[in-house]
Amino acid sequence: MKYPKNGRFGEFGGKYIPETLVPAVEELEENYLKFKDDKNFKKELNYYLTQYAGRPTPLYYAKNLSDSIGGAKIYLKREDLLHGGAHKINNTLGQALLAKKMNKKRIIAETGAGQHGVATAMACAVLGMNAEVYMGYKDTIRQKLNVFRMNLLGSKVHPVQSGSKTLKDAINEAIRDWITNIETTYYLLGSAVGPHPYPVMVRDFQSVIGEEIKKQMKKINGKTPDTVIACVGGGSNAIGTFYPLIDTNAEIIGVEAAGHGLKSKKHSATLSAGSKGVLHGMMTYLLQDSEGQITETHSISAGLDYPGVGPEHSYLKDIKRVKYHSAIDSEVIDAFLLLTRTEGIIPALESAHAIAEAVKVAKKSKKSESIVVTLSGRGDKDVEEVQNYLNRHVKN
Amino acid sequence: MSRIKEKFSELDAKNQKALIAYVMVGFPNKNATISVVRGLIKGGADIIELGFPFSDPLADGPVIQNASTVSLEKGAKISEFFSTVKKIREETNIPLVLMTYTNILYHRGYSKFIKDAKKAGIDGFILPDMSIEESKEYIQSAKGNADTIFLVSPNTDKIRISKIVKATSGFLYLVAVYGTTGIKTGVQNYTLKAIKNVKKQTRGKIPLGVGFGVSTAEDVKKYINAGADAVIVGSAFLKIIENTPQTKLETVITRFTKKLKNSTHI
Repeated sequence: MKYPKNGRFGEFGGKYIPETLVPAVEELEENYLKFKDDKNFKKELNYYLTQYAGRPTPLYYAKNLSDSIGGAKIYLKREDLLHGGAHKINNTLGQALLAKKMNKKRIIAETGAGQHGVATAMACAVLGMNAEVYMGYKDTIRQKLNVFRMNLLGSKVHPVQSGSKTLKDAINEAIRDWITNIETTYYLLGSAVGPHPYPVMVRDFQSVIGEEIKKQMKKINGKTPDTVIACVGGGSNAIGTFYPLIDTNAEIIGVEAAGHGLKSKKHSATLSAGSKGVLHGMMTYLLQDSEGQITETHSISAGLDYPGVGPEHSYLKDIKRVKYHSAIDSEVIDAFLLLTRTEGIIPALESAHAIAEAVKVAKKSKKSESIVVTLSGRGDKDVEEVQNYLNRHVKN
Repeated sequence: MSRIKEKFSELDAKNQKALIAYVMVGFPNKNATISVVRGLIKGGADIIELGFPFSDPLADGPVIQNASTVSLEKGAKISEFFSTVKKIREETNIPLVLMTYTNILYHRGYSKFIKDAKKAGIDGFILPDMSIEESKEYIQSAKGNADTIFLVSPNTDKIRISKIVKATSGFLYLVAVYGTTGIKTGVQNYTLKAIKNVKKQTRGKIPLGVGFGVSTAEDVKKYINAGADAVIVGSAFLKIIENTPQTKLETVITRFTKKLKNSTHI
């Protein structure tokens, strides 16, 4: 896998960090480079990915969904079937194992919807470590069951009251904790964001998704998919899906959360509507005002509610290799209901953004074409949110 | 010679070290800043750091975070910040340093921002999330216009310190403790050791300031005795500002500043 020089993807990425973090980030990079191709490390990680997390995940032909639209064949990469119910475990097992090799006893993490927090808590439990998870206060309310789940798994959850009380503030608080406990603590970042080497490391751990898609599709029809679609918040499931397919002819589409619409200011569509800037240690596209202050975001899915995006996505947008589209809340709910009713699969609201795009693409494509959608997580956590949405909209 | 450099040689001649005071502009409201700055000057502060708020201040503790939030809620704007600086500049020749985060400069363009800031009367910049690896354009833009004050930490190694010294002008900022601004740990032995180690690398070429968690005259004295050329006090001022009625602000700040300043005489 390609390793970015100076931690840069074109002009994006880098390390914009307080000096106290520099030795820790350098130590992390050194160890990551040492272990990423280490035979024993790979063997151990592979053991946990297969025996514990449930890899490989199926590439399921969603015939009912495809037939109901009447266009291309839609295949679902079932990351929702992984232990914990989301792709997040691919990364947390990798990083927790690395932290163990580095002899770090204390693990901290941030979480938005709670999926990364739960996946961190699981990885730490199975590897005999303790995790402390920062979570925006608003998200602890929206996703209270995940808070309890983390507690059950032996992790401590710190509700974050600063700023907008969502994912970006949870990251700020995790970084502050890391600065304070630099010697003992490993920061297990959950998305392909942050200072180098996090974006490349998270990409590599998540690339198992795209690697499997490539192999599975080849077995199905001897080809690479015509179109590949994944949702993008920070962008970890998307970069893991896209990266192994970058050198193929596949059309690649990332789907952002357009919330109430791109013109409403109530969205999280960083690549579709943002501008370049520096946040959380990286240069990337951001949602910000005319003064460079980061603006508050909205999405029906807490996991996409983030004003930045992984720097490699910014690069892939600028070189025009990947198209970044968006879906508004109502389209997402429609897609959620459609998949649930046609296939009996309840997708996470994050993943429903990708389904919404797949519906649009399938309508315009031929039956002989194939679309792969990464179903990054299952939707049990979102059932209440959907119920509230439907109640509100039925009344209106 | 820059105002900051001049200030340090002036203090040298008087056998004094520098007291650097940090305040968040626009906290707790727009009118307070001028009174606070007057108090700082009357009390004997040598350099003033003016904070401009950023929505995501990841190197700051609760006190400065709160001040940032309040300042932004009251509508902090860069153009207004520059007018405040101009007003201060009309009253005094004291070195003024702007402390904010990288994105605020990057968004306007390093070169344009720095020129505008210089015109208003800013002498230097502190950006806690600007690492030397990413600083090329920033340093080029500041050259001849303003000092670039970089930070080192107790865990920064020798080779890196010397690289940072090369990128730094005005003074070098040693982060005293592992933590965010305003952290209450007291004076740590590792900090005193770090002061010695960093001074070996600066070799008297550039003054060394110590900040983060410095809140009392006793702290100031200890760091000065250990070899610091300057101490930076921030959160302690903001706490006083928060708890003092506007009419008494100038006198209360003057009194506290005097107490701190007295500890910088050697």
